[in-house]
Amino acid sequence: MSDSYENDGKAHEQYITEVLAQYPDKFAKRRRKHLAVAKAVEAAPDAPVGEEGPLLTECDVKSNIKSIPGVMTIRGCAYAGSKGVVWGPVKDMVHISHGPVGCGQYSWSQRRNYYVGTTGIDAFGTMQITSDFQEKDIVFGGDKKLDKVIDEIEAMFPLNGGISVQSECPIGLIGDDIEAVSRRKGKEIGKTIVPVRCEGFRGVSQSLGHHIANDAIRDWVLDKSAEAEWEAGPYDVNIVGDYNIGGDAWASRRLLEEMGLRICGNWSGDATLAEMERAPKAKLNLIHCYRSMNYICRHMEEKYGVPWMEYNFFGPSQIAASLRKIAKHFGPEIEAKAEEVIAKYKPLVDGIVEKYGPRLKGKKVMLYVGGLRPRHVMTAYEDLGMEIAGTGYEFAHNDDYQRTGHYAKPGTLIYDDVTGYELEKFVEKIRPDLVGSGIKEKYPVQKMGIPFRQMHSWDYSGPYHGYDGFAIFARDMDLAINNPVWDLFDAPWTDGGELLAAAE
Amino acid sequence: MAALRQIAFYGKGGIGKSTTSQNTLAALVEMGQKILIVGCDPKADSTRLILNAKAQDTVLHLAAEHGSVEDLELEDVLKVGYKGIKCVESGGPEPGVGCAGRGVITSINFLEENGAYDDVDYVSYDVLGDVVCGGFAMPIRENKAQEIYIVMSGEMMALYAANNISRGILKYANTGGVRLGGLICNERQTDRELDLAEALAKRINTKLIHFVPRDNIVQHAELRKQTVIQYAPDSKQAEEYRQLATKIHENGGKGTIPTPISMEELEDMLLAFGIMKTDEQMIAELAAKEAARQAAVPA
Repeated sequence: MSDSYENDGKAHEQYITEVLAQYPDKFAKRRRKHLAVAKAVEAAPDAPVGEEGPLLTECDVKSNIKSIPGVMTIRGCAYAGSKGVVWGPVKDMVHISHGPVGCGQYSWSQRRNYYVGTTGIDAFGTMQITSDFQEKDIVFGGDKKLDKVIDEIEAMFPLNGGISVQSECPIGLIGDDIEAVSRRKGKEIGKTIVPVRCEGFRGVSQSLGHHIANDAIRDWVLDKSAEAEWEAGPYDVNIVGDYNIGGDAWASRRLLEEMGLRICGNWSGDATLAEMERAPKAKLNLIHCYRSMNYICRHMEEKYGVPWMEYNFFGPSQIAASLRKIAKHFGPEIEAKAEEVIAKYKPLVDGIVEKYGPRLKGKKVMLYVGGLRPRHVMTAYEDLGMEIAGTGYEFAHNDDYQRTGHYAKPGTLIYDDVTGYELEKFVEKIRPDLVGSGIKEKYPVQKMGIPFRQMHSWDYSGPYHGYDGFAIFARDMDLAINNPVWDLFDAPWTDGGELLAAAE
Repeated sequence: MAALRQIAFYGKGGIGKSTTSQNTLAALVEMGQKILIVGCDPKADSTRLILNAKAQDTVLHLAAEHGSVEDLELEDVLKVGYKGIKCVESGGPEPGVGCAGRGVITSINFLEENGAYDDVDYVSYDVLGDVVCGGFAMPIRENKAQEIYIVMSGEMMALYAANNISRGILKYANTGGVRLGGLICNERQTDRELDLAEALAKRINTKLIHFVPRDNIVQHAELRKQTVIQYAPDSKQAEEYRQLATKIHENGGKGTIPTPISMEELEDMLLAFGIMKTDEQMIAELAAKEAARQAAVPA
C-alpha cells in the first residue's frame, strides 16, 4: 500500500557526525556504536515486509548496555519493567510495591492498561498498594511488615485472585527473604503469592525487569498449570505481550475471535491470574511485544511444547499479513475465515486511507519508543503514505535491531538509548512532521514547533491495535499534524508585514 | 572545657574490644573525664561492665517499638553507669535480617541531633568486628571519631583485621580527618607477640599504644559484670588499664594516617615471624607426617 521511499542516508550520517562532535572523544567513541543509518540489503522488491518477510536493511547498533550518567537517558528500572509492564496489568492480583513509598506512588495508576472489573473489589490495576518502608523496616528487615500487609490485603480485598510482591531496591540491599514469606503466607491464605526480585538497581534498564518478571511467572504461576480448570480446544491461543493500552488487546482479540480462534489468555493487559495459569494448555502463543515476553514464550515452548509466533496488529498491511500467518498455523478452515475478516474490514480501511491519506501523505515521522513499537508501528504510518525518517529503542537488545531490518527503509536514522541532547539535535536537523515518543520528549518537541504524539500511552487515546485501532491512529496523527495551531507558531510580526509596522 | 574528643575501638570479633574499651574508659573517668559510650554492635554488649547490668534497651529497639527514632527522647536510651559514664547502645536486628549498618547510622545521627554529645569530654564508639559496610564505617567518617584504636593480638586473623581496618581509616583520612590512634595488643600469648605487634605498627605507620598482658582477673570481673577498675581497683591489671587510659588521653591529636600493607606484604611478615608457614614448608611437614604414619603401620 505504501509507496517505496528512501531516506537521505548521507545527510543522516552527517547529522550523527555533527552530534558526536559535541562530545568529548571518549564519549563520542562510545556513543558512535549506538547510532547508525540503515543500510540497504539485497531483497526482492515486491516481497512483504515484517518478521517473516525479507530483510530490507541492516540496522545493527550496540544495545542493552549501561547508560552513562548525565546524558538524560529515558530508560526505566527493573522495578518499572516488572511492576509497570509485566505484572501491574494483571487485574485481579494485588501488586505490592514492596519498599519505601516513592516507587509505588510514582507508578500509581499503571500505564492505561484498561480492564473490566470493579476497582477495589475484584480488580486492582489502578490502585497503589505499598509496604511503605520506614527506617526500622530497613534496619530490622521488612518480612514482618510484608506478612502484615498480606493479611491486610486479604482482609480488605477478599476477592483478590492472588498477590505479587514487587521488590524495590532496599529489599535486595538488606537481603529480605520475600520468597519464604510468600511461600508461608500463600499456604496460609490459600492463594498464589509471587515474590519478584525486580530491585531497580539490577540490570541496565527496565528490560531486565521484564526478564525477571517472566521468570517469576515461570517459577510461581505456571507450575500450577496442570490443575488449571480449562477444557482445551483445538483453536486456543494466548495473546502474549499485549498490555491493553487504551484497549489494544480488545481490538486485537476481536479479530482473532472473528477468524475462529479462542483466546485462552491475554498477557497481561486485562488479565487474570487464572488466564496465566492455564496458558500452557493453549495451542499457540501469539507474541506482540517480543521484547518483554519472549522469555516466557520460549519457556512454554520448551517445557509444554506450545509453539510461539510473532505478529503485528498495527496498520492494515501488517494486520492482514499477521492474520494470514496465524491462520496458516491452523489450516484451511481458519485461513478461509481470516480472508473473510480481511475482506470484511477492507471497506473500513479504504475509507480511512481515502480520508486521511491525502492529509498525511509524504509526512516524515521520527520515533523513539520502547519494546516493539519503534519497528511495529512503522508500517501503520506507511499505510497512510507517511515516511519514517528515524527510529530507536530505549532498551532493545540485538535481536530487536535485527528485526528492525525487516521494517526500516534504507537511510533511516537508528538511535539506541538516545540521549536527551542527541534526540533534540536529530529532531532539529531532520525537522520531521511528527515525532512519536514519550511524555518527557513531548513538550520540548512541541516547543520546537513540531507536532508530537505520545507513543507509549497513545497520548490518552487508543486503541491503536487492529482495524478499529487503525481508524483512531489515523485520526490522531491527522489531529496532531494538521492542527491549525502550527500555523500560528511564528509571531505574526516577524514576517515584515503590517503587524511589524504596528509593533514598531 | 577542652574540645570534645571522639575515639573509636575497632578490631577483629572476639578480640576483647568491649572489655578493653570499658576498662580503659573506667580508668579515664577516674581521671575526671566525662564520657559517653556509644555501642555500635547489634549484640549490644558494649556497656554491660559499666552499667553492671546484662544489656540496656537499645536505640533501635526502642525506636521500632515507638514507631521511629523521632518518637524517642534521649532519656529513654541513655543510661548512666560507673562513676557517671553515660551509655547508649545502638542495637540492631537479629542476625541474618535487615541492615545493621543502616542502624548504626540512624542511631549516631539521633544521638548527635538530640544533644547526647553536649557536656562530655569523650565519646567512645565500640564497633563490631570488621568494617563490613558503610554503616559500620560511620564512626570513621567525617565529624565522628578523630582517633581509631585497633584492638589486636598476635594471632593471624587479628593482624589481617587490623590491616583491613586501617584501610578503612585511610579511605576517610583525607575527607574527614580521621586518624589511627594506635594499636592495642591484647595478649594471647602467641609466639613473639610483642615483636609482631610492634612490627605491624611500624609497617602501617602507627605505634603500639599499649601491650595489655593476659590476666584471669579480667574474666573474674567480667563474670560479675564489672570492669577490673571497679572489681579490683588495686590489682596489677587495673594499673595496666590506667596506663593505657593515660596514654590515650595524652595521645590526643597525635594520630597518624595509616599506610596499610598488601596481603602479600602481610603474609611475608607473618612468614618472617614464623606465624605462617610457606606452602613448601606445609607440604614438607605433611609429607613427614605421612611418612611417620606409614612407618608406624606394621608391614
